[in-house]
Amino acid sequence: MIRTNAPVIEVQDVTKSYGEKVAVDSVSFAMPPDAILGLLGPNGAGKTSLIRMITTITAPDSGSIFFQGQPLNGYHPTQIGYLPEERGLYKQMYVGEQLLYLAQLKGMNARAAESRARDWLGKFDLQDHWKKKVEELSKGMQQQVQFIATVLHEPKLLILDEPFSGLDPVNANRMRAEILRMHANGTAVIFSTHRMEQVEELCEYIVLIDRGRNILQGKVHDIRRQFNEHRYRLTYTGELPAALGERYQLLNQTFSGVDIQLGPDVSSNELLRDLLRMDVQIQGFQELLPSLNEIFIKRVSKVSSTGQPATISR
Amino acid sequence: MNNLWLVIRREYITRIRRRSFILATLLTPIGLALFVVIANAVFSYGNDDVQRIAVIDDGDLFAGALPDENGLYFHFVDQPLDSLRNDAGEDRDYAGILVVPKVKNPRSRNFRVQLFSDETLSIDAQSRIRNRIEDAVREYKIEALDIDERTLASLETDVSLSVRSLTTTEEGESDDRSMASMLGAGIGTVMGFLMYISVFVYGMMVMRSVMEEKTNRIVEVVISSVRPFTLLLGKIIGVGALGLTQVLTWMIMIPGMLFLVGLFFGLDAEPSQMPNSPDMDPAEMQSMIERTIDGLNDLNWWIIIPCFILYFLGGYFMYAALFAAVGSAMGDDMGESQTLTIPITIPVILAFYIMMAAIQNPNSSLAVWSSLFPLFAPIVMPARLAFDPPLWQVLVSLVLVFLFAGLMVWMASRIYRIGILNYGKKSTLKDMGKWITAKY
Repeated sequence: MIRTNAPVIEVQDVTKSYGEKVAVDSVSFAMPPDAILGLLGPNGAGKTSLIRMITTITAPDSGSIFFQGQPLNGYHPTQIGYLPEERGLYKQMYVGEQLLYLAQLKGMNARAAESRARDWLGKFDLQDHWKKKVEELSKGMQQQVQFIATVLHEPKLLILDEPFSGLDPVNANRMRAEILRMHANGTAVIFSTHRMEQVEELCEYIVLIDRGRNILQGKVHDIRRQFNEHRYRLTYTGELPAALGERYQLLNQTFSGVDIQLGPDVSSNELLRDLLRMDVQIQGFQELLPSLNEIFIKRVSKVSSTGQPATISR
Repeated sequence: MNNLWLVIRREYITRIRRRSFILATLLTPIGLALFVVIANAVFSYGNDDVQRIAVIDDGDLFAGALPDENGLYFHFVDQPLDSLRNDAGEDRDYAGILVVPKVKNPRSRNFRVQLFSDETLSIDAQSRIRNRIEDAVREYKIEALDIDERTLASLETDVSLSVRSLTTTEEGESDDRSMASMLGAGIGTVMGFLMYISVFVYGMMVMRSVMEEKTNRIVEVVISSVRPFTLLLGKIIGVGALGLTQVLTWMIMIPGMLFLVGLFFGLDAEPSQMPNSPDMDPAEMQSMIERTIDGLNDLNWWIIIPCFILYFLGGYFMYAALFAAVGSAMGDDMGESQTLTIPITIPVILAFYIMMAAIQNPNSSLAVWSSLFPLFAPIVMPARLAFDPPLWQVLVSLVLVFLFAGLMVWMASRIYRIGILNYGKKSTLKDMGKWITAKY
């Protein structure tokens, strides 16, 4: 029996080292069913090592991983679709044949796989390429074929490592729409990327890993709130009264707007009351939450300041 | 199990339809047939240049009869040499003038004959002329010295050394071992050579297959569905099946092509056509064929063929696994990584040389020990099989080969599972050693 309310993936105190190097250091997190989880971290942080353990390619040195409440076993890979960052297909094989092969390795029977593969190729306007060799396709098309290979067996969990890199905007949108559609149908997604705007747009949860350690995790919204620095953006017309500058710390002032830094014990309503009292012509007022990008850089460099500098690539 | 079958099928199908594979499979027998045709044409290429030789036979050695042959035409003349030489200057009727003097002393071992020519006569033509004269002088001497030709012939004795096995003397006539050992050497060489070639060709093919998946990065997707061991085993079996297909195709096509070539070009390897080949008398031919067939019947085919197949499998698995391990450890730069294959090629080449020695002395201690040593046995032992090695040696060697092949496949899979995920830099033998015992 599959308990549907169990976390789709639960990582418990997992450690993995390669020789001297500790790639993953007591990482724990649980991924709610049907979630989209962003797995973030600088290069070499241990994301790929972690993913390889979840996909059963390698096994943890210590700790355990559960898939829908069960310890990871040989059956689970058929429930997972994995698109690695390093893309690759058999160049000499035909597109259709390749999709069938990979789907059959995931335990599908050939006939079901074929009809589904044809459907998927149709969605990406690749239906005429069934009998073409992969090496004859453009790079973008190859990437779409690989995406199809990842989702063909309708996995319960999709693990996508930088899925949109190298795609033109039209195809990236098409792929994004398909990911979201699958998610709406109950597929959980782990999304590993450096592109923070994609994480903010797609992910409900994040896990931030740096040098093998899990340094931050939770709902994107909660995390941004947690890193709230009590800044508000005010847009206005007319002049700002000088008194405002005496009471509050003003940042980034332009001719039509200003960011206001509040102290920890001042509420936004208090600020608003002051603004009204000073008769500022308010056009807009919003809380400024730090972007994930800012949090990422801040957290990673903070941790790194104790040791070597972390490399951050975007 | 299902996945293993899928991997085998993929390896087999994607390779067998490759143009390069089809061409190699079909062109090898055709090329071989072509080679036979050309070689035969070259050998049987006679002198199409007609040369007339004037013969001044003072001593009537040839009795006026010297048959023409292959571009050489002999013409007996009565004219003296000088007048002939002058004629030759004008209309060049003759390519050369052969002056055969009288045989003055039948007991002399020297006989000087002169050939005058402005053209260069081919070495072949010269030797044929010399042979003719030698024959004629011999005839003349036999007569002149009054020797009975049969007496003379009886001076030459053909000694045949018949080697008999000590253990089978009771069986009587059919245990002439000399032919068997000759056949054994032939069959042994063929088998050893076949092993040597297939280990290299198909072992390398497995290695390329591993490297292809690694450099393509597809391996990461595949091993998220298939255990690395299954993938490796599937590759080895798939490529092995491909190799078997190729070898079987050749075994059918090569004799077929040679037969067709024989049919169309009428090439019969008649010994008399070959220059300098001793004439074989038909009765001797007959007995030769009979002895060959006897020898072939004598060989213990019921042991040789199954053993050969077993050694073939064991040797192939052993070396293919090693090649796969090396392929998985290679970096993206193939050329730089080729050095890793050297430790594998050395035992193969060594085994090949030992095999050659083992055919000469199939029971020498070198042959015995190296046919028990698993890395050499798959190449050396098949060569010894035709010489009736002691059964215990065959059994021990087979058991060792299979244990070792199993060990190699296991070891290779340990190296492979880590090697394929180790992108970028090439790994050293030391790294590979560590991977064997490393945790997953």
